[in-house]
Amino acid sequence: MKKTKAVTGLAALTLMAGLFSGCSSNNNNATNAAATNAGGNTGTAVEATAAPQGDAAKDIKGDITVITQRTDIVDTVFKDYAAKFNEKYPNVKVNFEALSNYEDQIKIRMSTSDYGDVLLLPTSVAIKDLPDFFEPLGKKSDLEQQYTGLEERTVDGISYGIPITVNFSGVIYNKQVFKDAGVTEVPRTFDQFSAALKSIKEKTDAVPLYTNYAAGWTLTQWEADLATVAGDREYVNIGQVASDDNFVPGKPHYELYKVMYDAAKDGLIEEDPTTTDWESSKADLANGKIGTMMLGSWAIGQIKGLAANPDDVGFMPFPTNADKILVPLSDDYNLGVSIHSKNKEAARAWVDWFINESGYPTTEGGGMSPVKGAELPEILKQFAGTDITFDTLAPAKAGEEGWVDAIDKEAEIGLWQPDFKKVIIEAAIGNRKQSYDDIMKELNDKWKAARAKIVTGK
Amino acid sequence: MPKLSNMSYKNQRILIIFLFSLVPVVLLLTFSYLPVFKMFQYSFTSWNGLSKNMEYIGFDNYKTIFTKPEYFAVFKVSLYYFFATFVQMGLALYFATILSFNVRMKNWFKGILFFPTLLNGVAIGFIFLFFFKPEGTLNTILDLLGLGALQQKWLLNPQLINISLAFASVWRYMGMNFIIFLGAISSIGSDIYEASEIDGANRWHQFRHIIIPSIKRILQLNLILAVSGAIGVFEIPYVMTGGSNGSGTFVIQTVDVAFKYSKLGLASAMAVVLLGIVVLVTILQRILIKEEK
Repeated sequence: MKKTKAVTGLAALTLMAGLFSGCSSNNNNATNAAATNAGGNTGTAVEATAAPQGDAAKDIKGDITVITQRTDIVDTVFKDYAAKFNEKYPNVKVNFEALSNYEDQIKIRMSTSDYGDVLLLPTSVAIKDLPDFFEPLGKKSDLEQQYTGLEERTVDGISYGIPITVNFSGVIYNKQVFKDAGVTEVPRTFDQFSAALKSIKEKTDAVPLYTNYAAGWTLTQWEADLATVAGDREYVNIGQVASDDNFVPGKPHYELYKVMYDAAKDGLIEEDPTTTDWESSKADLANGKIGTMMLGSWAIGQIKGLAANPDDVGFMPFPTNADKILVPLSDDYNLGVSIHSKNKEAARAWVDWFINESGYPTTEGGGMSPVKGAELPEILKQFAGTDITFDTLAPAKAGEEGWVDAIDKEAEIGLWQPDFKKVIIEAAIGNRKQSYDDIMKELNDKWKAARAKIVTGK
Repeated sequence: MPKLSNMSYKNQRILIIFLFSLVPVVLLLTFSYLPVFKMFQYSFTSWNGLSKNMEYIGFDNYKTIFTKPEYFAVFKVSLYYFFATFVQMGLALYFATILSFNVRMKNWFKGILFFPTLLNGVAIGFIFLFFFKPEGTLNTILDLLGLGALQQKWLLNPQLINISLAFASVWRYMGMNFIIFLGAISSIGSDIYEASEIDGANRWHQFRHIIIPSIKRILQLNLILAVSGAIGVFEIPYVMTGGSNGSGTFVIQTVDVAFKYSKLGLASAMAVVLLGIVVLVTILQRILIKEEK
């Protein structure tokens, strides 16, 4: 009897000891992390970890963990990548971790020091905070020789990430549906586009424009077409910031979402937007039950994969009244190295290998390779020789980096959030009393107030 | 090291009790009190949730909340859930009373009624999303019953969306109320019923004069829980509609502010305000429903 009690007591003690030691070791980590960051944050002693070439590759050793958002191919394609990577770097062991809700989960993990060695830079992390979490990859002016799209994740001339693929955005449509509706020419202006949607409604059973309202994030894809509507690569990062009137009639935002509003108002969207389903919408577009969806190039591969006749799936630029048609190229996620990585050389080697040699950017990524001089993807070759240009967005003026994002967050507008797009659709189908102009005015007021605060506050 | 067996039985008892309660207390402190304390701390900053530096801005966040009416407008939606609470309690009490008497297949019914409580809230969201689709379960059933005329787009219609969502919420949480009521009713001795039957009481009299007074305390407790639940509604509308189409609640708004607009400081302040409201409502209820001495 006595013995049992002693054992119980001991068991409890061990448990407690375990708890405390657990806590204290965590604390140590946290302090270490803070210390390292304090050092990194000064921004003076920035040294890039470059992966050595040739025979030196064999000397790189260690285990690295690569965190990815591709839950679908982490056990198949990525395993093959690792095998090929090991041919060049035999002493590096690559582990993968795939997060289903990447953005939210990684953000929480980044408050600790345990977030893998190689990971995608979360878009919601403020650009100026990147040096606290990621290893510098090199000066932008040097890396620029080799890659495009670096400006999105560069702080003070130092780059912290390389895009895993470069996307282009616009309208993904079903060619057969357009043919059945008697639309032979690809619509270019707003009027032509709206006429095309109307004939789809009249002459076919397909939904002319599927909004994917319920999924929410799909609505944010429209924002990527802002540059096409503006017809100006400087509008997004420079023009917007310089203007108090971002949402007034005639301005790109107003015109862009007017397309959404009008389509919804004229009954050219799905019957009940509140219960749409993203996964089945891809198959429906592939098989002619949907005419058009506003998405990025990354979706083309997924939709073609579901199509009985993949050639039916086409891409066209978003309609615009601008003089020339500009299809904006923008980064997908950027790949970077954690500042807490224990094998930074190996991690850097993976980043370089993945972008340059894995083939991911064009195959699985579905866009263009960020490597300069790389070949265009198949679907874009049809545009060669037309008046359609593909170009990256002009970066913000020096000293104004991240202002669009800062104003947007301060104003709670959510350019890249679904909320006001949902409001537009709700208003268009008569669920709200507001008119389109009311919504735009409200957004503009918020923009103006927040812009005043950000511009003067800096 | 002093041996445990050398201690007196009383001291051993104290030590063991202390050690065993230490575990839950530490867990409670780490996962309940520390986060709440941190929340208060964050609510005075303009922290974005990730930055290393936190800027102290005093009561600015609270000022923002109380000066902008749109932050409180969403409490209108809570009214739907508030009224649904009474439906929920009524149904729970009804079923609990019936099933406390001798009914055929009593346990089977208990199981059915309690079952939704065991399901994950997210799964329930998806089930009801399908249930309310235009070609979904509810409309199909209406059609089969020959009530096709009543078919609706349950989540599209702004007049119906919150009622639909509150219905899902009632379905989910009624089981919990039910089981608590059932437990309370079971504790009433059978001799009281027998005595009342001899005096000629029918089922209604028994319900009115025996069951209700005996479970009054539990009824109050459930009411308090349900009302504070109605103020803090989150998962069902969040999973099903993401708060769109006029179904947003205060908690959804808080989550949006924190994670969509990276204003963790402001969101913490909103959470503090919500906490304050819940505490206030609970105190008010305690005062209004005065216990008889």
